Amino acid sequence: MPVRTVLSTNIEYISILDEHGEFDAKLGKDLISDEDVVKLYEHMTVCRRFDEIAFKLQRSGRMGTYPENRGQEAASLGAVYALRKDDWLVPCYRENPGLFWRGLPMEYILLHWMGDERGNQIPDGLYMTPQAIPIGTQMLHAVGLAWASKYRGEDRIACTFFGDGATSEGDCHEALNFAANLDLPVVFVCQNNGWAISVPAKIQCSAPTIAQRGLAYGMECVQCDGNDIFAMVKVVRDAAALARRSHRPTFIEAVTYRLGDHTTADDARRYRDSAEVEMWKKRDPLIRLRKYLVDRNRWDDEKERSLQADAKEQVAAAVKRAEEIAAPSTTDMFDSLYAQLPDQLRIQRATLRTACLGQDPSQLEGGIEASRQQGIEETVSEPGLP
Amino acid sequence: MANLTLVQAINLALIQEMEKDDRVIVLGEDVGINGGVFRVTEGLFKRFGPSRVVDTPLAESGIIGASIGLAMAGLRPVPEIQFEGFLAPAYDQLCTHAARMRARTRGALTVPMTVRVPVGGGIHAPELHSDSPAAFYVHQPGLKVVVPATPYDAKGLLISAIRDPDPILFFEPKRLYRAFREEVPEDEYTVPIGKARVVLPGDEITVISWGAPVVQCVTAIEQSDQSIELIDLRTIYPLDTETIVNSVRKTGRAVIVHEAPKTAGLGAEVASRIMEHCFLYLEAPIQRVTGFDTVMPYYKLELEYLPEAERIRKAIQEVAAY
Repeated sequence: MPVRTVLSTNIEYISILDEHGEFDAKLGKDLISDEDVVKLYEHMTVCRRFDEIAFKLQRSGRMGTYPENRGQEAASLGAVYALRKDDWLVPCYRENPGLFWRGLPMEYILLHWMGDERGNQIPDGLYMTPQAIPIGTQMLHAVGLAWASKYRGEDRIACTFFGDGATSEGDCHEALNFAANLDLPVVFVCQNNGWAISVPAKIQCSAPTIAQRGLAYGMECVQCDGNDIFAMVKVVRDAAALARRSHRPTFIEAVTYRLGDHTTADDARRYRDSAEVEMWKKRDPLIRLRKYLVDRNRWDDEKERSLQADAKEQVAAAVKRAEEIAAPSTTDMFDSLYAQLPDQLRIQRATLRTACLGQDPSQLEGGIEASRQQGIEETVSEPGLP
Repeated sequence: MANLTLVQAINLALIQEMEKDDRVIVLGEDVGINGGVFRVTEGLFKRFGPSRVVDTPLAESGIIGASIGLAMAGLRPVPEIQFEGFLAPAYDQLCTHAARMRARTRGALTVPMTVRVPVGGGIHAPELHSDSPAAFYVHQPGLKVVVPATPYDAKGLLISAIRDPDPILFFEPKRLYRAFREEVPEDEYTVPIGKARVVLPGDEITVISWGAPVVQCVTAIEQSDQSIELIDLRTIYPLDTETIVNSVRKTGRAVIVHEAPKTAGLGAEVASRIMEHCFLYLEAPIQRVTGFDTVMPYYKLELEYLPEAERIRKAIQEVAAY
């Protein structure tokens, strides 16, 4: 038998608005209206300001550890812009611009990093899961959410975000395999920002692209300039259409760069060449988008000044809301653990301030039954934002 | 009424809940055409079709992670993990996500999922097909852990679990799958989660167990002269402290029996609760009859490892004579 080629393929790289502001008019035709480009630019600017302030809040002791999103604004924003309002978003923790665009109030993200679970209490109707802190595990939730939608005959899809490091995790591969083999409408968006804390992407994947990971599972895969919002909108729109039409998943590698440290607890100067950072600063998604607008007489210095002032105000208001929320009640840790608090937890809840025998219901007059009653009566605090 | 094995009782519960509620779907390895390696899902594929009885890729974390997504979207997934020895890959999804989702979103997202897992030794199975890891999951707040020991309880508890709004690990003692039959109502009924059952009443010694060793306890008690109260916990999280305490306050002597290793096993928690609530009532030190702190041996030695009736009987005699 002669040797045959059983598979040969290629991976496309999509770029529409490049780092010099050059726009591919053919690929970018009718992709985003100029009005919307203005809105997206304004939103990215607000998100950039949010990052700066979040960083300062941590440095001044007003907030805990925070992962900057700086430099990656286009990736999640372009993706969410290309999706429908009722598509599921399953993020990790560098997708603030996309989540805010969908409607998550900015103070939720601040509250999360201020150590308050109410930051994860996604408002009704937003169709998103909270930021996932472990790596890659959330990708399987997107699989299940998309599966439920298909099962019910709805055309809602799920879009999940993860980093280059996540593609080393087993759950990533299980998610890709499930989605491909069970025909599930999932859009996988890998934000390849070059670094998983201090480990470069080549340690996660020695193949020429991360995008080709999707190939192994028999799904569509594409690489794009993740700092180019037009490219993001195009690839995600195509992927979403395919998912909606034929329940097929797509793997998108959005090539971007983490301009900041991994988190405020990290110092990237320990492992990263400053020349590399300087090179990527020139590829900043905001710079090219502003140039695009200026070239089309849609933007000027006056508008920029006004936007900066507005961004300042919006972020300051979010910080104010996050800082002014009443402290959580001690009993909150009990009250949303189960739909109905088991007796033993009612007892712990009712006696949490007593000494080491505090879990002994006989300390309470009336024993277990009384503590059960007390637990019920105390379960009235309404968690939630004012 | 029908005279059913534990396998048949679970099968009936699944059929009835699936008939009643189209949010209930079954997924896992070999659960479809094959009806599960223990035949627990026998006939379901034919009856409900491939969209509700789904053969998944062979990946336990994937099965549980996808089920979490299904549940967050409002379905009631009932994933099966084929053997408890293969539950470990799903530990991350269970403890990192399923258990915490309600708490960390302050109720915005919930995971109503029932994970079925055959558990325990005694059937001469290969390596990693005979372990007893249930207590690992007892230690994770946010989960509930159920271990039925009879066909009647298995059906009623499974129906309760599927209808429960929180994630539940439902461990099925595989040694009891076909060990005996019992009259089981054909209609639907529920057995409450978190309530123990007094199997045999008595007033001299309390024996506390759950899962397959309950049967060994019955044998041991039949061979003993004392009046012994046998409690089957049925749910190991949340624990029914009240039933345990009421019994030990009456008897003053307690023997706890479980398959899992002794150290930091659930018996330690039960003993501690007895100490908290019954200290002045005790007539003898609490005894534990458990698996040893060894790796579960291959099956040539499994009956030496498991808490069989003779070991339980000796412990009862020691406690009685103290």
